[in-house]
Amino acid sequence: MELFTTYGTLLIILAGLFGFFMAWGVGANDVANAMGTSVGSKALTIKQAILIAMVFEFAGAYLAGGEVTSTIRKGIVDAEVFTDSPDLLVFGMLSALLAAGTWLMVASFMGWPVSTTHSIVGAIVGFAAVGVSTDAVNWGKVSTIVASWVVSPVIAGTMAFAIFRSVQHLILIQDDPFDKAKKYAPMYMFLVGFLMAMVTILKGLKHVFKDIGISMTFGESIVWAIMFGIFVAILGSFLLSKVKRDEALEAGNRFANVERVFAVLMIFTACSMAFAHGSNDVANAVGPLAAVVSVVSSGGDIAAKSVMPSWILLLGGAGIVFGLATYGYKVMGTIGRKITELTPSRGFSAELGAAATVVFASGTGLPISTTHTLVGAVLGVGLARGIGALNLRMIGSIFLSWVVTLPAGAGLAIIFFFFFKAVFGSV
Amino acid sequence: MVFSNSISNLFGKSPIKPLQEHMSLVVECASKLEPFFEAVLADEWQNASDIFDQIADDENGADDLKKQFRLNMPKSLFMPMSRGDLLGILAQQDNIANATKDVCGLVLGREMAIPSVLQSDFIAYVKSAIQTCEKARKAIEELDELLETGFTGQEVKFVQKLIRDLDAQEQKVDKRERKLRHRLFKIEAEIPPVHVMFLYNIIDNIGGIADTAEQVGNQLELLLAK
Repeated sequence: MELFTTYGTLLIILAGLFGFFMAWGVGANDVANAMGTSVGSKALTIKQAILIAMVFEFAGAYLAGGEVTSTIRKGIVDAEVFTDSPDLLVFGMLSALLAAGTWLMVASFMGWPVSTTHSIVGAIVGFAAVGVSTDAVNWGKVSTIVASWVVSPVIAGTMAFAIFRSVQHLILIQDDPFDKAKKYAPMYMFLVGFLMAMVTILKGLKHVFKDIGISMTFGESIVWAIMFGIFVAILGSFLLSKVKRDEALEAGNRFANVERVFAVLMIFTACSMAFAHGSNDVANAVGPLAAVVSVVSSGGDIAAKSVMPSWILLLGGAGIVFGLATYGYKVMGTIGRKITELTPSRGFSAELGAAATVVFASGTGLPISTTHTLVGAVLGVGLARGIGALNLRMIGSIFLSWVVTLPAGAGLAIIFFFFFKAVFGSV
Repeated sequence: MVFSNSISNLFGKSPIKPLQEHMSLVVECASKLEPFFEAVLADEWQNASDIFDQIADDENGADDLKKQFRLNMPKSLFMPMSRGDLLGILAQQDNIANATKDVCGLVLGREMAIPSVLQSDFIAYVKSAIQTCEKARKAIEELDELLETGFTGQEVKFVQKLIRDLDAQEQKVDKRERKLRHRLFKIEAEIPPVHVMFLYNIIDNIGGIADTAEQVGNQLELLLAK
């Protein structure tokens, strides 16, 4: 197509810029939600949280972000409709990125409830349904995605509830909670390591393995994941061996030392949370970018089975890290200071439940909201009578973010879509 | 530039610490009954009046804490314990301070002398009422540990034991009250009738303070039952 030969590079650069812009927004704002619980419960300092976030957001995006990226890239719109007009898909994805990024900025400045995932999904559906035709939207997939937004917090809540109950049962109600905590903590660490490794191997590394010609059976994957889990548990045991019981701390609260053990555990769940967030939310920024690159580089062939270039995921990861470094640390500090009532044993249960849910969802390619999932997990711990007071108004805010963000993302995307079409369409 | 749907909005202020702070202040107020009555027995009314001022200050402080506590308890809070039970505990705690102030105010206002034959029993009675409050405070102090364990296991048994101690202490107070009343009955003919009436009243109200402390424990037990 002539458009792509004339303006191909420009379009890719634009998409790269918009994608980076949105990834920056995710890093600046959204990451703080994922890491705030660790900072608030004083398991991590802000500096440590930023470092963990940088490494594991990046790793999550690069290693396990592929599935969600491909959903955003080609799952929401029906590719067949665009076969004859690939330029519309490119304009659409550009406008979706710009719309979601802009909306994130505006809403953050105004303090309105937003979700990155909802913005981008709303934007893509918006340009496709209004700008092209309602047939251009893969409604089946969209309804699955929307259903996952309801289901994911529920699943995370259930898991967090179960995890916290197991913590209660195995550790907190025992006569010697400190010794029991040290005994069982490596088991939870194994779980964290196993989970991350499993999803990474099964889903994320597929494209990497294909490139270098490795194929693994399911059994082999399990063995590798178990080995990684054991490695994590050993690493954790080493850290735990440094936690000695300090009787002086128990004067105020007899569980002070037990919580110190959980604070170590929380380092690991914080890593998994950052990993999960990276795997899911980076895709929101780079999915449309990947779509643009694929169409432009194949000269307009929508159906071409092109492998997604790794630099796309790298760009997304870099954008998040940049967002964290320039602005995210401030937001994390603010959120961390507000969450003071959460003790490490609770934070751990909630984070593990949420991270597991998000990582699984990423594995299946469903873009869910990390924040909403974490809210579900915290409520799950609350239902197990674990948290002093929870403000249920937050649930209202979640519904509001659905009602506000989806149409806002869609509306902006439609405006940008017609703008791009007018600028480049004459070619 | 912080999202208003930031996860931090999910966390409300836990009511446990404010409740414990209120209880601390209330018990501190009640424990001033002892120096107050010692001053009364020694006929040092200026001293007694100073102590009464302190008691009134504590009572005011407790009232302020109570109001703040209630303001921080919107119905939208989701807590591991019932809002009603917590407010019930708070009200009982507050009654301890109120009753303390009432008793001392009455004694001070009427410059009531305690008959010398009753004095040692009377001080012992006051002390044991204060101890009841102390025991109730101990039980309330366990609330954060209860939350930590999610209201299960050993901790529940431990708190139940504290509540049993509290009940036993209150029964001791009852016993002393009966004894004291009986001794007053023996000498009541020698004292002006109005004064006798108010002495009974004072004895009754001090017993009431211990009763209220026991009520705090009972309310706490309700909280465990759920």
